[in-house]
Amino acid sequence: MAPIRLNVNGKINTIIDVGLDTPLLWVLRDTLGLTGTKYGCGMGLCGACTVHLDGEAVRSCQTPLKSAASKRVTTIEGLSPNRSHPVQEAWIAEQVPQCGYCQSGQIMQAAALLAKNPHPSRDEIDQAMSGNICRCATYQRIRRAIQRVARGEPDEA
Amino acid sequence: MRLDLAFDRRSFCKCGAALIVGFCVPLRGGDHTAGTETGFRANAWVTISADDTITVLTEIPEMGQGTRTADVMMLADELEADWTAIRVEQAPTIPELYQHLHTGGSGGTEATWMPMRRAGAQAREVLVAAAAQRWNVARTECQAERGTIVHAATGRRFRYGELVKTASRLPVPPLDEVPLKDRARFRFIGTGMPRVDTPAKVDGSAMFGIDVRVPEMLYAVIARCPYFGGDLASYDDAAAKRQPGVRAVFPVAPIGFTNVAPDVGRNINVAAGIAVVADSTWAAIQGRNALTLDWRKGPGAGESTEELRKTFQSQITAPASVVAVDRGDARKVLEHSANKVEAEYELPFQAHATMEPMNTTVHVRQDRTIEVWSPTQIPAITQSEIASLAGMSSDRVTVHTTLSGGSFGRRYQFDYAAEAWQVANKMKVPVKLLWTREDDMQHDFYRQYCLQRLSGSVDEGGKIVAWTHRMVSTPIRSVFDSAESLKDPKHVASQEVSSDDSLPYEAPHYRLDYTPVQSVVPRAWWRSVSSSLTAFATECFMDELAYSAAIDPCEFRMKNLRVDQGQVTQKYRAVLELAADKSGWGKPLPKGGGRGIACYMFGQTCVAHVAEVLVDSMGSLKLQRIVSAVDCGLAVNPDSVRAQIESGVNYALTPILSSEITIKEGAVEQSNFHDYPVLRMTDAPDIEVHIVPQGKEPGDGVGESGVPPVAPAVANAIFAATRIRVRRLPVDTKLLRQS
Repeated sequence: MAPIRLNVNGKINTIIDVGLDTPLLWVLRDTLGLTGTKYGCGMGLCGACTVHLDGEAVRSCQTPLKSAASKRVTTIEGLSPNRSHPVQEAWIAEQVPQCGYCQSGQIMQAAALLAKNPHPSRDEIDQAMSGNICRCATYQRIRRAIQRVARGEPDEA
Repeated sequence: MRLDLAFDRRSFCKCGAALIVGFCVPLRGGDHTAGTETGFRANAWVTISADDTITVLTEIPEMGQGTRTADVMMLADELEADWTAIRVEQAPTIPELYQHLHTGGSGGTEATWMPMRRAGAQAREVLVAAAAQRWNVARTECQAERGTIVHAATGRRFRYGELVKTASRLPVPPLDEVPLKDRARFRFIGTGMPRVDTPAKVDGSAMFGIDVRVPEMLYAVIARCPYFGGDLASYDDAAAKRQPGVRAVFPVAPIGFTNVAPDVGRNINVAAGIAVVADSTWAAIQGRNALTLDWRKGPGAGESTEELRKTFQSQITAPASVVAVDRGDARKVLEHSANKVEAEYELPFQAHATMEPMNTTVHVRQDRTIEVWSPTQIPAITQSEIASLAGMSSDRVTVHTTLSGGSFGRRYQFDYAAEAWQVANKMKVPVKLLWTREDDMQHDFYRQYCLQRLSGSVDEGGKIVAWTHRMVSTPIRSVFDSAESLKDPKHVASQEVSSDDSLPYEAPHYRLDYTPVQSVVPRAWWRSVSSSLTAFATECFMDELAYSAAIDPCEFRMKNLRVDQGQVTQKYRAVLELAADKSGWGKPLPKGGGRGIACYMFGQTCVAHVAEVLVDSMGSLKLQRIVSAVDCGLAVNPDSVRAQIESGVNYALTPILSSEITIKEGAVEQSNFHDYPVLRMTDAPDIEVHIVPQGKEPGDGVGESGVPPVAPAVANAIFAATRIRVRRLPVDTKLLRQS
């Protein structure tokens, strides 16, 4: 198999011995060790594996390596160097995570939403986030955290 | 490589930093109090280093419930610590030293309340003594204050880090003799401290079981027999072995309870299967997909949800196997009652469906030691059970407890760790076994299936006269316990019905009895266990009785609360009043709107919910709001209490609104979130949590307490909105269309 060049979080990685149809999720987790992106369902139903592809939120479990190869991949590890992205700050301020397993995907989805629509309504938030499951069901705090970013309030945690 | 390092204890230890001391403890019951070159280890839970860093080891596994933060708050308060100086680590699995390496029944905070405070106080006492010695003053003249010891008379001050050398040489007072703080002086306990695990959970660095990476590790999945109790007739693995990256394919033997400690009877429930080991998770999954498998169905071939339902119906009137409570003569009174109310409530199997599917990494070494990394709520049991499977002593098995991506009772089992050991035992290199979502959905230990019939009557004054309650369920005990112990029907029933006579309402004639139904489907503890079943029936039935007597359901509850149970009744009264008050109980709602109320006491924690629903003319149901009142004794971290109740409410909504596990030919029909749809943000109601301000000590926790009253509150609200009784969950929306 020919090596694949993959831009993840601004760094070019050379991927060898991985099939082109391999889901990006497993390349990130197993090959590159970027385990912040989570496996939840493998069917694009839960959003735990959400990453950005050229700034768009995608489910990495449904994204074959070949379709990511020419694009910029951003994972939770690359969202900010020190938890300073406004969405991360709001997540801390609202004390969103419980088990925390789904939160990388939730944060990536929220960041993509706010990049496109800085002032989403409650319905727009619910719709944009409805593909991301949280079994601890922290939905209310997720909603509040997104509204906090939209209002532009500083964190106060 | 950061992630690999996190678990490399040896390289950590070489650094000598205090942060790592917790993982280096070569302690097995011996002297666990000693200084290190750079730090003062006061006891097994707290170490202070020269740079003022305080390392706290917490025992209760963190699954999302916030236990770590509460434990640190309790210890730090007594230690008078500077909060920002604290680092937290999971305690190693050394059960002789750490007695709380498990959690269940929402008991974490209550169990560690005294131990963590004493650990903090013990360290503080030694630091005070150290400062007094350095200043050559009486220790009564010194006091601890925010990470320092102060000599009030002279204003002199030592940072904790400056005292570690002296403290390391001083005797440590016994844990049960150290003075504890006056509660009026708590600085952290009772305040909403931010969770210690939040930062790592917003930047992807939090380490769950699935994230473990150790050198030379391979990845495995198992193709399991989908039929409970079935096995492998034949298989062809030629194509699987040809898949790129596949290293090994081999059968995995089932493990039932006869293999291990048959007297105790611990059903591990490892299904027959074929393991596929590969260079990556994806390669392992591809290898599994390429297997040709022929399964034998086994003893459950004839079992289906339809057949079970028929059995339940026949058992609902059969003679009881156990009479749990029998006061007065309820059956006779009701036989002659003109205004008898009767209803049946049915609840199907439910899955836990944690976000992080089951997984465990195991390394079986040539020197006959085993290292395990597992997202578990029972590390100590996992350690002893794997040792037992491997035929060695527990001290040869190291268990690292990772964070768990949810549990809700699922990780009280060690089936997935036992499987990982089976696979790793063949490979002799570290192996991470991952369950796919499908594996997780189809090989759970499910919430029991249950049918309940209640009959009752109310007198003219609105007081309950008689009440009978028959519960029929697939009991948890029969899954795990030995044939000998299962000969006792009371033992079989002991996880299903309580003989404590815990109905909170006055009923001079009251009978609660039970009949079991056999099933091949594994069952176990699902968030709040049988309480979610019992509460649905009793609190819906209270609503039915209230309406039959034409009394407001909240008032009806107040009126019928027992008078002989002082503190319990007070708690019920307090949460009912608070929930009713904050929800605007009795105030008008728009057309199609309805409110329902329900309450329940789980352990010592009492919760009432008021649900507000809207059912439109098409029968579509919308949950508008849930208002909760909780009395959990002292709330160590009120924000965590609110978070847990919010979570419990929403967790309970999936079985109410959308999902059930059904059985066909002895196998689960659902496989992923498309056919077991769980609550999403679009259906998540606003939740308000109000804490009853009372209690000097933590009660029974809050992880589960929020769950039981949700289903009845919602069903009662639907009735208020539509006059349609929902007696089977999930709600059949066709039923609501008739409204």
